[in-house]
Amino acid sequence: MTSAKSKAMLTGVFATLLTSTALAGEVNVICSAEQPWCDLMANAFEAENPDTKVLMVRKSTGETLAQIRAEAGNPKVDVWWGGTGDPHLIAAEEDLTQPSGVDTSKLLGWAQNMHDISDGKTVGIYAGALGVAYNVDVLEDKGITPPACWKDLTDPSFAGEIQVANPNSSGTAYTELATFVQLFGEDEAYRLLAEIGKNVNSYTKSGSAPSKAAARGETGISIGFMHGMVKLASDGFPLKIVAPCEGTGYEVGAVSIIKGAKNPEEAKKWVEFALRADIQSRAPETGSFQVPSNSNAEVAEESPELSLIKLIDYDFATYGASETRKRLLARWDKEVKPASN
Amino acid sequence: MKRTLTLWVVTGILGFCIFPWYMTDSGFWSSQTLRDPLVMDSASGLVSIFYHDRWWLFLPLLSLIGVLLVQCLPLRPVLEARLIAGLAIFALSFCALQGLVISRSGPSVFPWLWGEAASSGQPGMGIGAGLFALSALFVLTSSVSHMGRGRGDAFVTGMIGLIVSLVVVFVFYPVLHILVQALQLPGGGYAFSVFASGFFASDIWDLSCLFGGNACGVAINSIFLAVSTGLGTTVLGLAFALFFTRTAFPAKKLLRVLTVIPIITPPFVIGLALILLFGRTGTITEFAADLFGVEKSRWLYGFWGIYFAQMLSFTPIAFLVLIGVVEGVSPSMEEASQTLDANRWQTFRFVSLPLMRPGLANAFLLGFIESLADFGNPLVLGGNYDVLSTEIYYAIVGSVADPARAAILAFTLLLLTLTAFIAQRTWLGKKSYATVTGKADSGQHAALSPMVKRFCYGITLPWAALTAIVYSMIVFGSFVKLWGYNHSFTTEHYVRAFGIDFSDGIRFVGAAWDSYFTTLTISTAAAPLTALIGLATAYLLVRQKFIGKSAFEFGTMLSFAIPGTVIGVSYIMAFNFPPIELTGTSVILIVVFVFRNMPVGVRGGVAAMSQLDKSLDEASLTLGANSFTTVRRVIAPLMGPAMLAALTYSFVRAITSVSAVIFLVSAKHNMATSFIVGRVENGEFGFAIAYSAVLIVTMLAAILGLQFLIGQRRLRRTNRVEGAVAA
Repeated sequence: MTSAKSKAMLTGVFATLLTSTALAGEVNVICSAEQPWCDLMANAFEAENPDTKVLMVRKSTGETLAQIRAEAGNPKVDVWWGGTGDPHLIAAEEDLTQPSGVDTSKLLGWAQNMHDISDGKTVGIYAGALGVAYNVDVLEDKGITPPACWKDLTDPSFAGEIQVANPNSSGTAYTELATFVQLFGEDEAYRLLAEIGKNVNSYTKSGSAPSKAAARGETGISIGFMHGMVKLASDGFPLKIVAPCEGTGYEVGAVSIIKGAKNPEEAKKWVEFALRADIQSRAPETGSFQVPSNSNAEVAEESPELSLIKLIDYDFATYGASETRKRLLARWDKEVKPASN
Repeated sequence: MKRTLTLWVVTGILGFCIFPWYMTDSGFWSSQTLRDPLVMDSASGLVSIFYHDRWWLFLPLLSLIGVLLVQCLPLRPVLEARLIAGLAIFALSFCALQGLVISRSGPSVFPWLWGEAASSGQPGMGIGAGLFALSALFVLTSSVSHMGRGRGDAFVTGMIGLIVSLVVVFVFYPVLHILVQALQLPGGGYAFSVFASGFFASDIWDLSCLFGGNACGVAINSIFLAVSTGLGTTVLGLAFALFFTRTAFPAKKLLRVLTVIPIITPPFVIGLALILLFGRTGTITEFAADLFGVEKSRWLYGFWGIYFAQMLSFTPIAFLVLIGVVEGVSPSMEEASQTLDANRWQTFRFVSLPLMRPGLANAFLLGFIESLADFGNPLVLGGNYDVLSTEIYYAIVGSVADPARAAILAFTLLLLTLTAFIAQRTWLGKKSYATVTGKADSGQHAALSPMVKRFCYGITLPWAALTAIVYSMIVFGSFVKLWGYNHSFTTEHYVRAFGIDFSDGIRFVGAAWDSYFTTLTISTAAAPLTALIGLATAYLLVRQKFIGKSAFEFGTMLSFAIPGTVIGVSYIMAFNFPPIELTGTSVILIVVFVFRNMPVGVRGGVAAMSQLDKSLDEASLTLGANSFTTVRRVIAPLMGPAMLAALTYSFVRAITSVSAVIFLVSAKHNMATSFIVGRVENGEFGFAIAYSAVLIVTMLAAILGLQFLIGQRRLRRTNRVEGAVAA
């Protein structure tokens, strides 16, 4: 927050209530990344563009998608920055976003891929691989050997120790489901998931909840995105991260311009800004360890090295489509959910 | 009486001719017209008609002018009133119709009818339109009273009209937007079969868990939880209310604070604290495991965890409702009972307790509904125990958005509330519970029988101790580096949230200041409005008779029963487009709080007002006061505790509610809770808890301030308790 803004807050608490005056240049951003990263982006953008005011609020991707759907036709938001790519792709599919027309030549392949499959409506800004984390203390206490592969998770010794989100509510868990299908083939994937389900103590609603529970020892093992686990481990929790031996899937965080944005020029400026190497390199300052999409951006030491992880060739076009999604989730409800305890 | 009517007509016409009809870019309150009256968007209704060819605005104006003409005609009064009412209805409906039909993108029906000017559409209604509609409404209600309805009392009909219209516009209108989706076919179009197949699905009503099956349907889970919480909080609330009014326990003041703190706690904090205390690696769990060898388990995640957290969160609400009621029970009745040789237990069981029935029923109803709508606790502690509120949230924001399912689940939730509501009415019946009369009433409250007293102490003291432990853990958590792992002392969280830089004047550099000020401003604006509307509604419900009263009562309860998520999304759907465009402003936040929290004002008010003898009003009316004066001079002063409860509660809820506002906050108007939730999601528990602690202190200060301002009502009887004074 700038000092001018805070002074204004003090002198005019009631003024904020009574007015909503439009400034000369402003850009309305919904940020679906972590709050400190959001703040960093807003401050850096304002520092470079003193005439443009960044109006930013943080909301999760699901909430954002619900909001821009309800606001379609008269959007109050210009840019949607951050958050996992699936909802961005759905927004593109539903024609809620518009092509940004930015140059993507400096970006890595997976980021350009997002751009291509959405007809330029969304661009990749970071990637994060799916992984498994375990609480060292809990597993030592119980004398359980840590898992190294996805298939290890079916071992009965993990009974009641695994936590993973429900793919109906969480994009993270859907990525896991789609990864399994792509790794093992559909039938085998569901058989494995049902098998693992016997060890699952609860299917949480939120995708980041399992790793937080594992960090505190509320569960022994969690499945989720590695960069979230890295953050928890760097905070001091006894969490060890495993990149499964069979290979793993990943998410691509994205940025989109909302269709009919009131400030299209500033919005485009924001997207270009967000794709720049020097800006992406600053993410680790705020404890965000995703892998940046600009090939020239620096990768933090803590970031899970994507080149060392066996990444599958994740098919976003197929598994991001609503139809596939509905079919896979219906089967999950029928075959995997009832298998849990 | 006629003068009032004329005054409203003139106000309406002035509003039409002077104030900007539309909402301008600079906001609802803009005074731009006064400077620049001819610009299209900030023009008054009159200018819009003649300069911008928006001829359709002429019709509402014409009908108000018609009212003036009718008043000049020599007609029989009743006929005149009927004519005026008709014209006012015409003005109102035309005002609404033109707004609904001609939206931002032009007319939605009969495009050829509206002409050139309409095709470019029109923005949302502004202050001019608002003033006009309000005046037309009051013209209507006044004329209705002239017809002899509402005992010819323009104040009563006006109040009914105002509240009904507000509830229609801000509750029914948005909620319809979402309920309609329950009937929507996937490809477009509507069919009842969609609703039927969704509503009777087994995942909603499945009872198999009762017969050893895996899991019950979400509705069954919710009912089970809500009944348990409703009963539990009512019993605990009653125990606390008796404890505070009827015993002489020394440290009452301190305990009183403990009973209030849970409702002023932002969501997630209680759940988080419970995990750290009772979770598998929680402090108390570890302690019990070391000491007694109790196996560490995950019992907290599921029904028991949610129930535990809800009991902690909602007992104070039951307590707030019940304390006014327990205080209000007339000592004379209890003395009479004892004079007739009843013992303390009999007095309590057969006199005091039955007189508390409205309070008990209201407390249960609130606990039940609160539990149904609760979102934060099931989210954090739910485990595999699915309830309606979280299911609805994820039907809207989940990885597959299914608005039809959300609408069906929301409908189910409404149905449950309606059932509880009817059950409560049946139980209360038509008995009288009035105990505050105009008569001298100087007895002593009966002391509690030893058994009841033991029960109260046995329940309240351990509960208070538990609350104290939970909260000291929270304070502790805000001062350590990483709660649960690194317990070295730090003030870092507070500095990051609320840092102030004095080096160059005063600069609020902390990250939380922005949302903190917004939150305070908005809740301060919402609280008095909520209390006012809530108590006015209570007055109408208890004191006035009119057609459709039960429907009216249910309508006012509706917004409370609908989960916040549904309210939030339906508000965007309804108020993002003309005629009423409020998204992105602070007004929408204030409105959502007022109408969501109004039911508590209503319930508290109804409970308190049922105890005021009607002869008080009658005395006042007989002495020539009108109903407005009666409300102001007689009823309002006796409603102190109810008013306090309503004010406190709405202020607090505006600060702590999360699910409704999460969709409505914008960058300019961000609320503390949505800010805190973001931090919790990022795992910054210390920061989130530090912010919550500051909010708790702020609210506590506000509550004490309010208590000081409003004070206790004086019933001309000292709140003496037999035996207590001597002790």
